[in-house]
Amino acid sequence: MVPLSYYLILSGILFASGVTGFLIKRNIITIFMSIELMLNGVNLSFVAFAAHWQQLSGQVFVFFVMVVAAAEAAVGLAIIIALFRTRETLNIDQVNLLKL
Amino acid sequence: MKQDLHLWLIPLLALVGAAINGLLGKRFSRQTVVAVALAFSGAAFAMALFVASQFSSLSPIPHVETLTPWLRSGSFQVDFAFYLDQLSLIMLLIVTGVGFLIHIYSVGYMWEEGGFYRFFSYLNLFMFFMLTLVLASSYLLMFIGWEGVGLASYLLIGFWFTKDSAAAAGKKAFIVNRIGDFGFLIALFLMIQHFGSLDFTKVFEAAKPYAAETSGVGFLTAIGILLMLGAAGKSAQIPLYVWLPDAMEGPTPVSALIHAATMVTAGVYMVSRSHVIFERAPGALTVVAIIGTLTAFFAATIGIAQTDIKKVLAYSTVSQLGYMFMACGVGAFSAGIFHLMTHAFFKGLLFLGAGSVIHAVGGEQDMRKMGGLRSKIPWTFWTMTVATFAIAGIPPLAGFFSKDEILWRSYQASWAYWLVGVVTAFITSFYMFRLWFMAFTGEYRGDAEAGHQGMAGEAPAPHGSVPHGHGHGGIHESPMVMIVPLVILAVLSFVGGWVGVPGSLGGSNHFDKFLGPVFRSTVPAVNTEHAEPGEAAPPEQTTEGAEPKTGHATEITFTAISVGAGVLGLFLAWLLYKQRTELPDKIADSAHSLYSALAHKYWIDEMYAAIFVKPLVVVSSVVFWRGVDRGIIDAALDGSAETAKELSDNVRHMQSGNLRSYAGWIAIGATGVVAYMVWVWAVAR
Repeated sequence: MVPLSYYLILSGILFASGVTGFLIKRNIITIFMSIELMLNGVNLSFVAFAAHWQQLSGQVFVFFVMVVAAAEAAVGLAIIIALFRTRETLNIDQVNLLKL
Repeated sequence: MKQDLHLWLIPLLALVGAAINGLLGKRFSRQTVVAVALAFSGAAFAMALFVASQFSSLSPIPHVETLTPWLRSGSFQVDFAFYLDQLSLIMLLIVTGVGFLIHIYSVGYMWEEGGFYRFFSYLNLFMFFMLTLVLASSYLLMFIGWEGVGLASYLLIGFWFTKDSAAAAGKKAFIVNRIGDFGFLIALFLMIQHFGSLDFTKVFEAAKPYAAETSGVGFLTAIGILLMLGAAGKSAQIPLYVWLPDAMEGPTPVSALIHAATMVTAGVYMVSRSHVIFERAPGALTVVAIIGTLTAFFAATIGIAQTDIKKVLAYSTVSQLGYMFMACGVGAFSAGIFHLMTHAFFKGLLFLGAGSVIHAVGGEQDMRKMGGLRSKIPWTFWTMTVATFAIAGIPPLAGFFSKDEILWRSYQASWAYWLVGVVTAFITSFYMFRLWFMAFTGEYRGDAEAGHQGMAGEAPAPHGSVPHGHGHGGIHESPMVMIVPLVILAVLSFVGGWVGVPGSLGGSNHFDKFLGPVFRSTVPAVNTEHAEPGEAAPPEQTTEGAEPKTGHATEITFTAISVGAGVLGLFLAWLLYKQRTELPDKIADSAHSLYSALAHKYWIDEMYAAIFVKPLVVVSSVVFWRGVDRGIIDAALDGSAETAKELSDNVRHMQSGNLRSYAGWIAIGATGVVAYMVWVWAVAR
């Protein structure tokens, strides 16, 4: 049986790559994917703990997260399409009008 | 079966009149305004007459009608209730009767003025509050009326509010009255503390077990003195009389109604109403008597040197009110109320007559510019003559009986009161006949014949900024609508005293007997020698009790002396202002400092300004305004606003619109939170 720590390290790696991508990437699609990566990193730790402690609630949480992530993907992609239609770019450094 | 007289209707009628004219009057024609004002004040008078006709069948007296509960707080409660006894009945008739007459007079006097509807609305409002004051069955409701008449007085003094002096006089009256009201209010609190109620019936019941505070100062004395402070404010007594002469800035009918006949007598009414308390506080009574006597004397002396016809009457009012307080102070409450009534007649008449004179000479108020008016305005002249003789105490006019009664009763308390009273009676007679001779005899010294240039004189024009446009020049008698009230009041000033003819002159003093039940002494029989009229003697036992002891002969001697004082004043005025008209100026020159003191009213206003007003203004502007208001409050507010502004100016650059910088901040924040959690976890380990 794979020890819990392996799952947690993998989960950490996934989350960290998500954060890194979120911070350094300019393409909004990539950023969006990085967010999904972070969510899945967290999901992994949830199920790992659920299996380890023989508790169902961790897995239930994951379902919630997946549902919310699906909704977020739908809304987010719609926003991105709308954004591309108006600005003809996906580079978020050029989408900076909302400021003082 | 208890009778229900619907007493609440009487004040309400006046209020409805005020509301209709006040809210809608702007669109009414003058005739409609007059119709409304007269209908409602007349209805109040009719109602008062009806109540008077039913009075003899009332029992028990006092007759209390509770309209609705008002304040309930624990055991303390006050109702909207009205209280009718002999005293409030007399006040009711004076207020509605004289008030109605003055309403009629005002129609003529104010016809040419702007703000006609406003004037009548205020006048009705005044009637409402004054009726509330005299009919109230508790000190609290009385206080409402008390404040209300102050408000009406303020509004009416400042009726010509575009004139600075009128606006200032209104404010002065209001502020000086606040000082007195403060005393009144504290007295009410003391009553709640000690008697647990403000209801007349309950307070008097609760006060009854207390013996008179013959030595030392107890709470009853404190209540008495505080009530007197309130009365001194409202009734213009020393030290708070200064507002009344200035109040003459108001229209003359207002001076007659509020500042002579009714409102200023509220203090006398209140002191008389509280006689149960005052009887138990001889110290407070002495204060009342001394204040009254001093006021009577000093105000009369100031009256000698005034040249403005209304100012003379104003100081005369202050002086006569002093007589009333003197009477109350020696325990002769019914004599005080008697003088209150006759004074309402003759002083109301004097003011209305003065108004008619001013009207006749085109707005001139300076007596030096009058003279010789006798044949030109005969109605005014004859009615004024009646009033002058009445106030001078010449028998058989009204003022004689009431003043004589006060002097006689004050002699029984102390010869000092009597002596000052008689001297004052002499001075009163002198300055009133001075006015009379200056205005009506000799040659006309003004310039109204040549047109209405008198308006531009030094005296403030009482007709405000509106031109005095009667469409004719010259001196003219007032219209009928002004003369009728004058004549009615003249008749009352003539016969009004006959209800109180003293026993020594073959009468039986019905007035005193009528008021007897109200003022029957309630002090427990500690002072059994009630025939001994000392200051602490229980009042109202003396009327019947003292006369046999001193005898009618003595009383008639004193009556003769006071009449003599009046005649002497008449003679002196005749000598100085009719026969040897050059003498007054010579006397004024030779006794310059005295004359100057009198003409400047003893510099009391200047003294008050220096002692109270100026320091207050300086402290307010330096400490409170510049120091506290600007230095602390404003500075704190401005400072915090400035700080917030600078801070936000710096922080706002963080909102750059760059999404990745936001993401970075989120990451830093998250790292911080996680680091903190780890730290907490590590410490907990």
